[in-house]
Amino acid sequence: MAITVQIPPPMRDQVGGQSEVTVSGATVQAALDDLVKQHPGLGPKLFDNGRIRQYVNVFVNDEDVRYLDEMETKLTDGAVVALIPAVAGG
Amino acid sequence: MPASDHVLGLKCRLCGKLYPKSPVNFCTDDFGPLEVAYDYEKIKPTITRAKIAARARTMWRYRELLPLDGEPTVGSQVGGTPLVRADRLADALGVEKLWIKNDAVNFPTLSFKDRVVSVALSKAREFGMRTVGCASTGNLANSVAAQAASAGLDTFILVPADLEKTKIFGTAVYGAKVIAVTGTYDEVNRLCTQIALKFGWGFVNVNLRPFYAEGSKTVGFEIAEDLGWRFPRHVVCPMAGGALIGKIHKAFTELNAVGLVEQPVTTKMYGAQAAGCNPITDCVKAGRDRHKPVRKPNTICKSLAIGDPADGAFAAKLIRDSGGWGEDVSDDEIVDGMLLLAQTEGIFAETAGGTTVAVAKKLIDAGRIPKDEEIVLCITGNGLKTQDCVFDTLAEPATIKPSLAEFETLTAGTPLGEPVLV
Repeated sequence: MAITVQIPPPMRDQVGGQSEVTVSGATVQAALDDLVKQHPGLGPKLFDNGRIRQYVNVFVNDEDVRYLDEMETKLTDGAVVALIPAVAGG
Repeated sequence: MPASDHVLGLKCRLCGKLYPKSPVNFCTDDFGPLEVAYDYEKIKPTITRAKIAARARTMWRYRELLPLDGEPTVGSQVGGTPLVRADRLADALGVEKLWIKNDAVNFPTLSFKDRVVSVALSKAREFGMRTVGCASTGNLANSVAAQAASAGLDTFILVPADLEKTKIFGTAVYGAKVIAVTGTYDEVNRLCTQIALKFGWGFVNVNLRPFYAEGSKTVGFEIAEDLGWRFPRHVVCPMAGGALIGKIHKAFTELNAVGLVEQPVTTKMYGAQAAGCNPITDCVKAGRDRHKPVRKPNTICKSLAIGDPADGAFAAKLIRDSGGWGEDVSDDEIVDGMLLLAQTEGIFAETAGGTTVAVAKKLIDAGRIPKDEEIVLCITGNGLKTQDCVFDTLAEPATIKPSLAEFETLTAGTPLGEPVLV
């Protein structure tokens, strides 16, 4: 199952400059675990003690996973997972 | 003293890592928000009350505590709004000492957003940017469009498509490219973050956010100066992204740090939201560390309808640490608050102002704010922009022919006013 993860510019140094990485996984957690397996440098950027960082928002097909099943949100083939820094607005 | 000397850089609010001044808004280690860090010891000997008093009555009279390298090139007339002693509203609320900080008459677009935008756009010019923009619930859009027009900058403004027409037109009139996005403010905001990262434009509340947010401190500087260089006991402030309440408190702390006010900061901060979008007050009341985002805000108070506030956790912590509280009110209470303020003080505030007044009333009635201590309510926007919300509650004017007899018939049975004293 192919999942596309969109990488924001401040995380691209850890993935060799790519803007997108193809991973596999049936849930958001599994997909991001695979991403970190492929690019270990991303681990500390995305996770803090095993939890996704407070100021990293994760979107599946343009919906914030906090309104879905958080990290257990199921993914289907071709899903797009976007990682977006959360600090903006107001 | 130029900012190149008094600004240390941008500091991560989570890990403390220091970054040089640049258009970035988050830490690349943990993605925490960045905030401008100043060298207060260096500023202290350069700033005095007399020096400030000799300057024009605008927000720039506190320029040592704002993050520009040179003089402001956008919005040099912004700020200096009245702090109004509100005795009639105080009577209605049953309190003794009440003031309104009235940013409904801020220049040029009638909301506190003119303060943040003048800093952000002056900074954008220092960075050499030609295109600026924002995600907005309305007031920010108005201000960015107007001030960018005066500076000759290209402007892209993204707003939720269901915004009040007045606010959309009040943006387009300045020649800005307005894009209505079918979604919530938070979705608009996420799109702007992606655009800012991809195109490198100056989005005032995305990549210019650390500088932008500093402009809000001037509300706090002005309150303290107008009270005679001291702090009020209680401040009630509306919350959307949650930055303003924190910046007012930061302003008080800075005035103390640079020696302009000796009194330690013991002000209690109270946050106001609409019940239909209350992630921060819910966070306070439920004792959570992080706010729970609201997916679909549902309130007439669109200017506060941010479901996932960037400063939510910081605002909630400040409210708790300062000894204040957070409260939210229904749409009916918001309209009542707008009418109460208009009919006691002659100040027509937008829905966010109605929210602030209604929350203050609720907190006073509940005994959370004592009746005999000094209270300041922050009114941040003008009612002319949200007139739709009060139309239905106001009676149509009686219509008569230009005839004295008709007037007398109309007023028969109602007590006549006192004759003019001679």
